[in-house]
Amino acid sequence: MTLVQFWLAHLGELGRLTAQHLVLVLVSTGVAVALGVPLGVLAVRRPRLGQPLLVAANVAQTIPSLALLGFLLPLPFVGGVGPRTALVTLTLYALLPIVRTTAAGLRSIDPAVVESGVAMGMTPRQLLTLVELPLALPSIVAGIRVATVVGVGTATIAAAIGAGGLGEYIFRGLSMVDTTTILAGALPAAALALVADGLLAWLERVLQSGRHGTTKGLSVLAALVLAAALLSPVYARGAAGSVVVGSKNFTEQVILGELVAQALEAEGVPVVRKLNLGGTFICDRALRAGDVDVYVEYTGTAVTAVFRQPVVRNSQAMLLRTRELYAPVGVTALAPLGFDNTFAILVRRADADRLGLTTIDDLRGVASRWTPGFGYEFLQREDGFAGLTKTYGLAFGRAPIAMDLSLIYKAVADGTLDVTAGDATSAQIDALGLAALADTRHYFPPYDAVPLVRTATLLRRTEVRRALDGLAGRISAADMRAMNAAVDVRREDPADVARAFLRSTRAGRAGE
Amino acid sequence: MASSGTTLRGFTASRVADFSVGDMAAIVGFDHVSFGYNAGPETLVDVTLSIPSGEVLVLVGRSGAGKSTILKLINRLLLPTIGVVSVEGRDTREWDGITLRRRIGYVLQDVGLFPHMTVEDNVAIVPRLEGWTPDRRRERVGVLLDMVGMPAETYARRYPRELSGGQRQRVGLARALAVDPPILLMDEPFGALDPVTRVELRAEFTRIRTALETTVIVVTHDMAEAFALGHRIGVIDDGGLVACDRPSAIATSADVRVRRLVETLVRPPETGQTP
Repeated sequence: MTLVQFWLAHLGELGRLTAQHLVLVLVSTGVAVALGVPLGVLAVRRPRLGQPLLVAANVAQTIPSLALLGFLLPLPFVGGVGPRTALVTLTLYALLPIVRTTAAGLRSIDPAVVESGVAMGMTPRQLLTLVELPLALPSIVAGIRVATVVGVGTATIAAAIGAGGLGEYIFRGLSMVDTTTILAGALPAAALALVADGLLAWLERVLQSGRHGTTKGLSVLAALVLAAALLSPVYARGAAGSVVVGSKNFTEQVILGELVAQALEAEGVPVVRKLNLGGTFICDRALRAGDVDVYVEYTGTAVTAVFRQPVVRNSQAMLLRTRELYAPVGVTALAPLGFDNTFAILVRRADADRLGLTTIDDLRGVASRWTPGFGYEFLQREDGFAGLTKTYGLAFGRAPIAMDLSLIYKAVADGTLDVTAGDATSAQIDALGLAALADTRHYFPPYDAVPLVRTATLLRRTEVRRALDGLAGRISAADMRAMNAAVDVRREDPADVARAFLRSTRAGRAGE
Repeated sequence: MASSGTTLRGFTASRVADFSVGDMAAIVGFDHVSFGYNAGPETLVDVTLSIPSGEVLVLVGRSGAGKSTILKLINRLLLPTIGVVSVEGRDTREWDGITLRRRIGYVLQDVGLFPHMTVEDNVAIVPRLEGWTPDRRRERVGVLLDMVGMPAETYARRYPRELSGGQRQRVGLARALAVDPPILLMDEPFGALDPVTRVELRAEFTRIRTALETTVIVVTHDMAEAFALGHRIGVIDDGGLVACDRPSAIATSADVRVRRLVETLVRPPETGQTP
């Protein structure tokens, strides 16, 4: 599908995401101006108070945006999945340039001008509003310009925590390894940044020319705030009592999220989708905080990664353990969907054939010459890389390369990596000519997919259990691989794939 | 003040009465005033001075002698370390700084016009602070700009950077006189101008001042200016007021510190014919 075709097919969605993006940037920049200008004034008037503020703003700026999001997520009031956390993060980023340029603008004013204002009998407030701020305005606008352009870029990260925006296409594209989808989000975001920069550059020039600049500048700012207010309905919440469905940020999860959402809708439950959230930890926090009512988790991940409990090697025991662990936090693990998405150790099929590799044990002979690479979670997790090398006695010649999950399959295929751990149900295994090595020592625990639902939600809406139990045991590993392939290889829409699958199984059930 | 706001002040009955007591009750008085910044050395030492209403007093002295400090003590930008500065019979410590400053016009050397405001807005700034209606402000600006020889039709909407140095100085003067203040302070008002414009503007200032009867205190290091403008000339040297008298008396003073300044006066170059 070409880029233009993609945009035409998703026109409504593109509009909504662009509007969300604009709201994120406008609101956060607006708040940053409202806070930053007074802070800049403070920094100049009361250096002892203002200097530490400037340092704090500096520090906030240096925290990587994803880290800041993860940091804020569990906090009360500011945190949570959705636009709020994103707005707080973006505001913190926008603050520094604005505080700094406000202070610089005020400091650069000719002392004679200030003195004549004082000598004329201006009160400190009059001096500020009539003389100092108008004269510092071009500098302040330059700061706003920097903040806005940075904000447009940073706002793409907001999609990782379900705050929408054009980043959704970028993350979706990354998880599907689809350049078209990535560009579908990246290009409008870049265009947005250029337009915002141009607009503010114009405003800066108008202000510098001085002629009625202040009035004009204020009216433009007012117009922007008004625009944000008008656009804010793009975040309209679902109907009261709706159920929020979440998912992690890879294809299978998005399909599962769609399956759950559509099953709920079929039972007449209003649904809000927050698909493509960051990884396991973000989904878990969102679920416990009540920002998400349901998402599909894997039993192995739940026990080892979420609760840091030892692995149980038996599917049924693992499910019971999962239920036991979630019950005290107000979450119910429902019946498994039917497939086990365990880790698969992947190599190029050509290598496997040439070297006769069939099991993970066979890697011992080549490990010292090979470059391993894994997703961030796999490198961190108890049941990840460290355990794998210990269990199989693998000694790789190089430290493993950390890489986004969405990139690892391609990285093995193109030779950047030689071995990795992927999803056993991934469509990319076949599509990219990879081979899975058998886990003969049963290192990897069972990863049965189970819907996790907030117990309160189950009690509130009995249809939720009915809808989800309807999915129990209906999705085989082959079904899942086929659906993954439909999205990842044939570039079909996850929602369409889920719909088609539900229609076929419903037909099957009707015939039972 | 409000009643005379839109017209130039003439010789009203009250002004004449004011003037008649002016010699006894000074509008500005310095009583053994010393001033020093924090713990530093004193920039002004034991100055006693009485300025009657309607007088033009020129303070001369070399740079850093403490002239500008005297102006800042009058409009309460500074308070004396020792002694009392009084304006209209009241200690400046008792004045509210804002109220006092709105009664005192101030013209700086580099004018200090607000670069982001038009000529009209600059001149109308103190009336605006005083809450005048826009109509009244516009009328007053017209009168003032005419007075300083810069017709409003041509100049009102211009910005300071679109004006010459002399024009800016005129606007600065108009701005300082906007609410018809009883006192006008001028810090090196014509210092940055070319000699021809300077002489022109001095003459014009004298004309305007005579019509207004404002009390004016001018600070300069230019002796020629002092003689051209002053009813009295005060000589400041090293923080002290060493002489304060009529120009004729200053010109013939025997005090070496005064002579040193008088001798800076530029005379026509020797041509061989001079005696």
